[in-house]
Amino acid sequence: MSESDIGLWAVPIAMLGGAIRVSTPFIFVSLGECITERSGRINLGLEGTLVFGAMSGYAIAYETSSAWLGVLGAAFFGALFGLFHGWICKLPKVNDIAIGIALMLLGMGLAFFFGKPYIQPVAPDLPALSFGFWSDVPQVQAALQVNVLFILGLVLAVAIAWMFKSTKIGLTIRVVGDSSDAARALGISANKVRLFSTAAGGALAGVGGAYLSLYYPGSWNEGISSGQGLMAVALVIFARWNPINCIWAALLFGAAGALGPALQSVGVSSGYYLFYAAPYVLTLLLLIATSSTTRALNGAPGELSISK
Amino acid sequence: MTDAAKTMAGPAPIKGSNSSVMEVWGHKAEAFLLPFGALLAGLAAFSVFLLFVGKSPVEFYSLVYKAGFGTAFSWNNTLSRTAPLLLAALCVAIPARLGLVVIGGEGAIVLGGVAAGAFGMFLPGLPGFMGIVGMFLCGALTGALWIGAVGAMRFKRGVNETISSLLMAYIAIALMNHLVEGPFRDPASLNKPSTAPLGETYRIGNIPGLDVHWGLAIGIIACIAMWVLIERTTWGFAARIVGGNIRAAQVQGLPVGLLMVGFCASAGAFAGIAGMMEVAAVHGTANGSLASGYGYAGILIAFLARHNMIAIIPVGILLAGFEASSGLIQRRMDLPDATILVLQGFVFVAILLSETLTGRFKLFQPHIGDRS
Repeated sequence: MSESDIGLWAVPIAMLGGAIRVSTPFIFVSLGECITERSGRINLGLEGTLVFGAMSGYAIAYETSSAWLGVLGAAFFGALFGLFHGWICKLPKVNDIAIGIALMLLGMGLAFFFGKPYIQPVAPDLPALSFGFWSDVPQVQAALQVNVLFILGLVLAVAIAWMFKSTKIGLTIRVVGDSSDAARALGISANKVRLFSTAAGGALAGVGGAYLSLYYPGSWNEGISSGQGLMAVALVIFARWNPINCIWAALLFGAAGALGPALQSVGVSSGYYLFYAAPYVLTLLLLIATSSTTRALNGAPGELSISK
Repeated sequence: MTDAAKTMAGPAPIKGSNSSVMEVWGHKAEAFLLPFGALLAGLAAFSVFLLFVGKSPVEFYSLVYKAGFGTAFSWNNTLSRTAPLLLAALCVAIPARLGLVVIGGEGAIVLGGVAAGAFGMFLPGLPGFMGIVGMFLCGALTGALWIGAVGAMRFKRGVNETISSLLMAYIAIALMNHLVEGPFRDPASLNKPSTAPLGETYRIGNIPGLDVHWGLAIGIIACIAMWVLIERTTWGFAARIVGGNIRAAQVQGLPVGLLMVGFCASAGAFAGIAGMMEVAAVHGTANGSLASGYGYAGILIAFLARHNMIAIIPVGILLAGFEASSGLIQRRMDLPDATILVLQGFVFVAILLSETLTGRFKLFQPHIGDRS
């Protein structure tokens, strides 16, 4: 066995590879939620959007034999979910958190409903790039098989950070997120900006879902998501609504998620389910450490209901 | 939080002293007719969905009636499923009166069931009702600790309870898998890791004359007791003040932290009891079947009932009927098992949409003109 050659080094290497693999959906969902929350609204329904994205991406990839069309389709349906959320929330007296819960359940229900015929068939995978050619160690090569979507996510994070900092669109979103009144004074329609921000967030969550079904784990089934959509919402809080921080946070979460499988690969199998809980425990601890009852969170958009 | 509190507490939780009888009845009629209309609208929207996928809504609803409410057998089936739903809905509705949106009841159900199963496994052979009482307390206490922690995190650190409770549900399911596969596993359970089967005296039987276990009675009593507590005692009044305006409550010197932790803990206790009932009355052992989504269906029931504990009972029975008909619908109409989930999603969205109509109908505000 080549695994014994590098001994316990297999664990950190597998975790690095796992972090890259597992973090990709976190990156997309958290960037999406970052845009939505910066506009002053929270979409808890991204878990449902993610699952529907996974299903629709897989189904479209299977029907068209093109994984990239699947990703586009997932983004399209994700945007529809986002538009729906944004449209309902602009009605008076409607609570965005409750709508998020409803859309979480509806998205999962619809995904399971339409996804039943696609559990068996095999759809094409998304391509990966090998960055491990310099090493002879198979584990290193396996760890550095990086999916194109991961790189796309990094580029997107930089682009979104730039958008917030130096473009008119970014400034508009930030104004709306910080104060509806200021936005109104500037003649900006807060509801319209939030509608499109939620749609963009939904589209990115859909792409995150398509990654799950089209690359890793790489098949569609009803247990495909294990709360990534929900954890991404917490992750954005931890990342202080900064797209670049979202990348680091996503990698951290990815590494936590990879802990269980990495230990299993070197033969540690007892307590497997406890390691499986690591990302949730980590999320919870980060929330406890970073929340506060007395002050608004640093960098929190002023209109966000979760931080009021 | 403030917006959430307003919608969660329902229409006019604390009425002014000069409100007339007409106004009170107007609000009451609105509080009933608006969710009822939303339910019908949700079912109508689901009919359109069925037509869209080429199925007959008439056939669907007649099957629901037949399998859920048509015969004595179907009533027994429906009522058996009602018990955990009522308790799960309480787990959402009780914190909601404080303005907290706790949606992780599934976690307390699962761990309450595991705790009860473990009690029965490690302390078998207790005399009389002692075993059942012990399991009951174990389930309730575990659930109370689990959701009580959510309330404590909210009060002490301001951690958003919606996210934390759902994260705790994922942790609870991982913990259950660990426990029933590891320390609590009965070596004889091969295909499906479980705790050891409960002894005969540890099982809960049926209500005499019905093919429904005692969990239904516990659920209904719990709903009524909580309604009395919240609508008719100073405790409940204090809770409604916290739900309406937390700062006003603090200024008044109300024990906000105690109320938050206490209400969350009692909510969790009911969910834990639901898990214990599933173990003691249905499965006879604790295993993965505990995570069957009752906690999530409870969220919808609580919102449909507008967090009114009495209204939870009929709404819970209705939703249980839909779940009871799921099998027949799958077989007769060749629909996937997720059909009921889609239906619940439609109704959920409709009920939340209806909130926007609160106060829009003149009919329910007979004196609105006099005030100006």
